[in-house]
Amino acid sequence: MRVHVTGLGVTAPNGLGVEAYWDAVLEGRTGIGELTRFDASALPARLAGQVLDFAAEEHVPNRLLPQTDVSTRFALAAAEWALADAKVDPAALTDYDMGVVTSTASGGFEFTHREFQKLWSRGPRYVSVYESFAWFYAVNTGQISIRHGMRGPSSALVAEQAGGLDAIGHARRTARRGTPLVLTGGVDSAFDPWGWLAHVSSGRVSTGTDPGRAYLPFDTGARGYVPGEGGAVLVLEQAEAARARGAHRVHGEIAGYASTFDPPPGSPRPPGLRRAAELALADAGLTAADVDVVFADAAGVPALDRAEADAITAVFGPRGVPVTAPKSLTGRLLAGGGPLDVVTALLSVRDGVIPATAGTTDVPDDYRLDLVHGSPRGAAVTTALVLARGRWGFNSAVVVTAVPD
Amino acid sequence: MTRRVVITGIGVRAPGGAGTAQFWDLLTSGRTATRRISFFDPSPYRSQVAGETDFDASAEGLSPREIRRMDRATQFAVVCARDAVRDSGLDVGALDPHRTGVCLGSAVAAATSLENEYRVLSNDGEKWLVDPEHLSPYTFDHVVPSVMPAEVAWTVGAEGPVTMVSNGCTSGLDSVGHAVALIREGSADVVLAGASDTPITPIVVACFDAIKATSTYNDDPEHASRPFDASRNGFVLAESAAMFVLEEHGSARRRGAHVYAEISGYATRCNAYHMTGLKTDGREMAEAIRAALDESGVDGTAVGYVNAHGSGTKQNDRHETAAFKRSLGEHARRTPVSSIKSMVGHSLGAIGSVEIAASALAIEHGVIPPTANLHTPDPECDLDYVPLVAREQRVDTVLTVGSGFGGFQSAMVLRRPGTAGASA
Repeated sequence: MRVHVTGLGVTAPNGLGVEAYWDAVLEGRTGIGELTRFDASALPARLAGQVLDFAAEEHVPNRLLPQTDVSTRFALAAAEWALADAKVDPAALTDYDMGVVTSTASGGFEFTHREFQKLWSRGPRYVSVYESFAWFYAVNTGQISIRHGMRGPSSALVAEQAGGLDAIGHARRTARRGTPLVLTGGVDSAFDPWGWLAHVSSGRVSTGTDPGRAYLPFDTGARGYVPGEGGAVLVLEQAEAARARGAHRVHGEIAGYASTFDPPPGSPRPPGLRRAAELALADAGLTAADVDVVFADAAGVPALDRAEADAITAVFGPRGVPVTAPKSLTGRLLAGGGPLDVVTALLSVRDGVIPATAGTTDVPDDYRLDLVHGSPRGAAVTTALVLARGRWGFNSAVVVTAVPD
Repeated sequence: MTRRVVITGIGVRAPGGAGTAQFWDLLTSGRTATRRISFFDPSPYRSQVAGETDFDASAEGLSPREIRRMDRATQFAVVCARDAVRDSGLDVGALDPHRTGVCLGSAVAAATSLENEYRVLSNDGEKWLVDPEHLSPYTFDHVVPSVMPAEVAWTVGAEGPVTMVSNGCTSGLDSVGHAVALIREGSADVVLAGASDTPITPIVVACFDAIKATSTYNDDPEHASRPFDASRNGFVLAESAAMFVLEEHGSARRRGAHVYAEISGYATRCNAYHMTGLKTDGREMAEAIRAALDESGVDGTAVGYVNAHGSGTKQNDRHETAAFKRSLGEHARRTPVSSIKSMVGHSLGAIGSVEIAASALAIEHGVIPPTANLHTPDPECDLDYVPLVAREQRVDTVLTVGSGFGGFQSAMVLRRPGTAGASA
């Protein structure tokens, strides 16, 4: 059974809404800047991809504001925009015919940091009645389900930066197993002082101070990544169901998905990214020659960039496929990163253009990558491969394809 | 042909015992393992009781490095995973890493480590701008809990699909349900699946205090968890874990493995009603039950035992009683229903897996665990809740259910191997 994407919603550091984000990507406008959520001036890493133009009260019902973390507000807004884009009226569908599958890596972290502070500085009686559900990793699935009356099979998955693609893969599985419409995607945000230091503790955050040069995936000058916030939500529908309700536009098909895990640390066995890519292509019934562009995980850490370059060349041959990483304009969004890349891939399909990896200028020759950088490249795109890796060994891959009108 | 999925190994850590045998002994004796909280001074809290597990990480075989690196919930998961593999008789060296996966459920994951780190970084809440000087190298691992399934994957060298399912209090049913789907669709042949939560830490106790969800029988901790009893006044927070070896049935049979049960059906629905509230009609849980029975290819009258969510909150007990009647009809009145939370408390995301273990063991041993502390049922809860004393009774088909914050309602059907329609 084919599963189509009929709606997109984006909350990205360089654009709210699909078109604002896409314009920024094509024009190379970055969402990375000085962290402004708190005074970070004493910290070694101070650049972040922040969503600065999001007025929550304009996008989220008032009664939900006191009970939601900033990440959940992003998720609620992106979900609403995706449904509007799909022109689907949830009330017109049977409640069990709609499910929600999301991913988050850090849950409602800033919210919970405030509650920890209340507990330890003032006492247990000051902890919010909302803490029990504003923090946990299922919060976005639950809130979206309630807001739109979606009672079908639903879930929340966590696999660091790979989790967002896993959510899309599981949403596709859920649709194929009988649920006509599944809302899916991922968001993250943890830019309170504690959340920020948690990012830094990963040891992979860039200490660069130039927003255009701090996160340089696949560049000889790569020195770590910039954390970002936000993400994307997509409406997935069984192709037949979308046709039957007269869906006005199909962005593309989620044609393949796979996930693998790396061998234990220290093992001589090869890492799993190549296998995830190959399994996803096989799942789509396609071969490497069918792929027009790869959206890379793009860790921005030299050893990880090299490992990804090796995986890509193993599948496609040296310089065998255009590769890009527009996430250098947003930072890495953890669970939001994969879904945002899937949206970007669908827009590439729509407009016949591969966006550039911003910032990166000098790709080591021995990466043997055809990295699209400098400016976007016009190209007919009918098939895109999206890759994501999560810390500790998660690898996920999604194949999106064009759906002819 | 549909691939069928069976349980061939079980590992449990729960209050009242250090392994699967002691866990089952506790349940069938009807003893309770809830007590006054000893992990910290509970006197400032509304609810001061919990199901604590006596767990000695180094006696359990974890190295000092592993103990330093892993949150308590991860330690529980890893120890249970090793137990489950041992119990299954699988030769880890003979596993195909590419065909082996992990699905781990947890609701609050590394809450204990986060709270310990927070206290140091903030000097007990004094500072909002936390101090990087005191940053632990593991902070990221505790904020982003997918390190938990990663640690489990490393115990057996799994390189297939590995993920964490975090659906609040149904996580332990949903992670196993997710694993079943992976094996059925052919993405894996063996999956280590289960769940772990160790939430007995001040922030979690405080957040349930805030909504008055937990029991206040502080002067009678052993009898604080009273599902379906008229006097119940909330659930008792607990910590536990259970992990399973799930295998495709044919390969389990070829290697001559002992099969506890087939997982023949699973379904989940959302109530889309309230993040913590339940409607009294049980509609969505009933729908999940019907869908799980459908997938099993059996009708409700096949159910010989219902392992209830039975958390001991008034709204839950009435909600699920209604759901059983709605989905099983008259048969609900003839079917034993019990809640092991009366004995081991409610370990949030983990309990669904612990209850799958209890369900499989009920099939294995022909004993239905009782609902402890049930003396005077709530008049609106009028089913056979197996009060106080375990019942020796052959059970071929068990329905186990869960209900959780976010509106999740999940149901799973386990069947004795060889039962008509079940895998032999």
